[in-house]
Amino acid sequence: MTALLEIRNLRAEIGGREILDGLDLTVAAGEVHAIMGPNGAGKSTLSYVLAGKPGYTITGGEIWFKGEDLTAMAADERAAKGLFLAFQYPLEIPGVATLTFLRAALNAQRRQRGEPELSSPDLLKRVREIAKTLNIDAEMLRRPLNVGFSGGEKKRNETLQMALLEPALCVLDETDSGLDIDALKVVANGVNQLRAPDRGMIVITHYQRLLDHIVPDVVHVLASGRIVETGGKDLALQLEARGYAQYQSEAA
Amino acid sequence: MNAIPAIRTKAEQDLGAVFASAGPRLPGGRRIAAARAAAFQAFAAAGLPHRRLEAWKYTDLRRLMRDAKPLAAAPDAVARAQAGQATGLFSGLGFRRLLVVDGVFVADQSDLSDLEPGLEIRAMRDLLAADVADLAPGPGSVVPEGEPMLALNAALAGDGVQIRLAPGTRLARPIHLAFRVTAGVPAAMFTRSAFEIGAGGSATLLETFEGPDGSDYQVNAVLDLRVGDDARLDHVRLIGEGDAALHVGTAVAEIGARAAVNAVSLTCGGGLVRSQAFVTLAGADTRAAMSGASLLGGRQHADTTLVIAHAAPGSESRETFKAVVDGAARSAFQGRITVRQAAQQTDARMMARALLLSEAAEAHSKPELEIFADDVQCGHGATVGALDEQLKFYLMARGIPAPEAEALLIQAFVGEVIDAVADDGIREALTKATAAWLRARG
Repeated sequence: MTALLEIRNLRAEIGGREILDGLDLTVAAGEVHAIMGPNGAGKSTLSYVLAGKPGYTITGGEIWFKGEDLTAMAADERAAKGLFLAFQYPLEIPGVATLTFLRAALNAQRRQRGEPELSSPDLLKRVREIAKTLNIDAEMLRRPLNVGFSGGEKKRNETLQMALLEPALCVLDETDSGLDIDALKVVANGVNQLRAPDRGMIVITHYQRLLDHIVPDVVHVLASGRIVETGGKDLALQLEARGYAQYQSEAA
Repeated sequence: MNAIPAIRTKAEQDLGAVFASAGPRLPGGRRIAAARAAAFQAFAAAGLPHRRLEAWKYTDLRRLMRDAKPLAAAPDAVARAQAGQATGLFSGLGFRRLLVVDGVFVADQSDLSDLEPGLEIRAMRDLLAADVADLAPGPGSVVPEGEPMLALNAALAGDGVQIRLAPGTRLARPIHLAFRVTAGVPAAMFTRSAFEIGAGGSATLLETFEGPDGSDYQVNAVLDLRVGDDARLDHVRLIGEGDAALHVGTAVAEIGARAAVNAVSLTCGGGLVRSQAFVTLAGADTRAAMSGASLLGGRQHADTTLVIAHAAPGSESRETFKAVVDGAARSAFQGRITVRQAAQQTDARMMARALLLSEAAEAHSKPELEIFADDVQCGHGATVGALDEQLKFYLMARGIPAPEAEALLIQAFVGEVIDAVADDGIREALTKATAAWLRARG
């Protein structure tokens, strides 16, 4: 069986600076992988390279997603194929109402997959159902996307998008940053509801505390652009206790 | 350096010939004929405006206007009927439509039924013929002495519409002043219209300018606006002229005390467009909001020039102008806020933003403040930039293809201006016009 995501010996740079240096990672459907590591290890770069952000150059290696070469696809095609990046810092888009954005995103994906567009009433119904589980009120949906939202609201909004778009692979980039414990619980709960046998997740985080709420199957340590250690969920606890110093010295 | 140009351009010579041949046939008694002659003389002395004149810095009409067309013939019955039946963005909204075809007010294709008490609508040609029209700007106006295109309009204006609201008249039904050019021979149309709201009145005025693509017709349209004390005006202007047209629009406005004016313009047509407005906030405690957006592509050139004078204390003005410039198009915005000595507690702000979508696109902004009072709050700002790649990536990361992501961001950029329109129907129509422009962009 092909893995959902297979990254082999990935090298990537931005502005001539190499950030990923031979990264290997395989995620099967149904699995939740945590990627932990010190600042500057390449965690966010990995998420951007997966999502197809312009400016990052892949200088070596391969990325296979559902058996297809991910690197050949534009960002929107990757999303339509089922890859979702929950941004560490979701962007504010003045003038675009949240609901308008959700409709544009969902229907663009459906069109690319050759599926019929969802009617406005059907979309509204689904959005409202999901919004309720995330404590997002209707007023927020009418507001311009993320404009004036608190950190928690932005992350809940990311989770709402993820739930609506039903991706095959969720990449959560530092979803815990900027969240207090209550907001963290709401978001983690939302993410946990999306765990499914046909869905994989990569949870990128600096701190262990998120993993108390989203319990991973596998934990990787990313340092200096490579996976340097892989273990079970206990590895996260060990890292919390001992820090990342040993990996940084190794790299240096 | 504003000496009389020694060499007359082809367009200037053409205009001389047009005035000599058509002038005597234009409506007007003795008084108007004399005013026309004086106006043409003033124009001829200075010639077409050029880039060495500060007010025309970005729009060198002397160079850009290669010829001047003869005055348009009055539309025949067929052309009138066709123009009357044509549907557009604002059909079906139930507005009172007044149709001006090829520069002629066509009463039989206009909705003049059941005029609300206090509302008066007349053909400008009748007022000119009766020698009672006023072609010169009022004494309180901020129109520069001898403004050349306004002078030319005074010399050659043949018709237009005068709309007057008696004091206290509150019109619920918007008035749509529709200027349409038919697909005839390229010609010139000089129109003069006036809109007057008496004290305490309120109205919505929509003006639209439309014409066929591929025809290099020339429009010079003047609107004289008088807004009385405690009155309210919602004014929307859509410039959707044909792609080869030359459009020079001038609005001269005088606004009374405690009045509220909300003006929004959208320019998405025309080959060469100059929109100029000279606004005097003559009374105290007035609120004026003026915003506009230009959507330009190809080799279009659009210049918005706004002069707003605070003449009395306690007024507030807000100007927001946005330009979306694609292809090898060029946008210019000049905005001047003048605060006279008497206008203490003035609160005036102006913002110009341009979004450049191509390497060859150009945007120029020139905001100016001229303040003679000491207790005021004034500010201005200008930005020019490209589409935000981070925002575009965010949209694409959600599955939205690049062209659609760009369209969403552009619509959002323009949205701030369109959202200022109070009337739901007009706002939706302008949103549709923007969407159509984005679709045509591809």
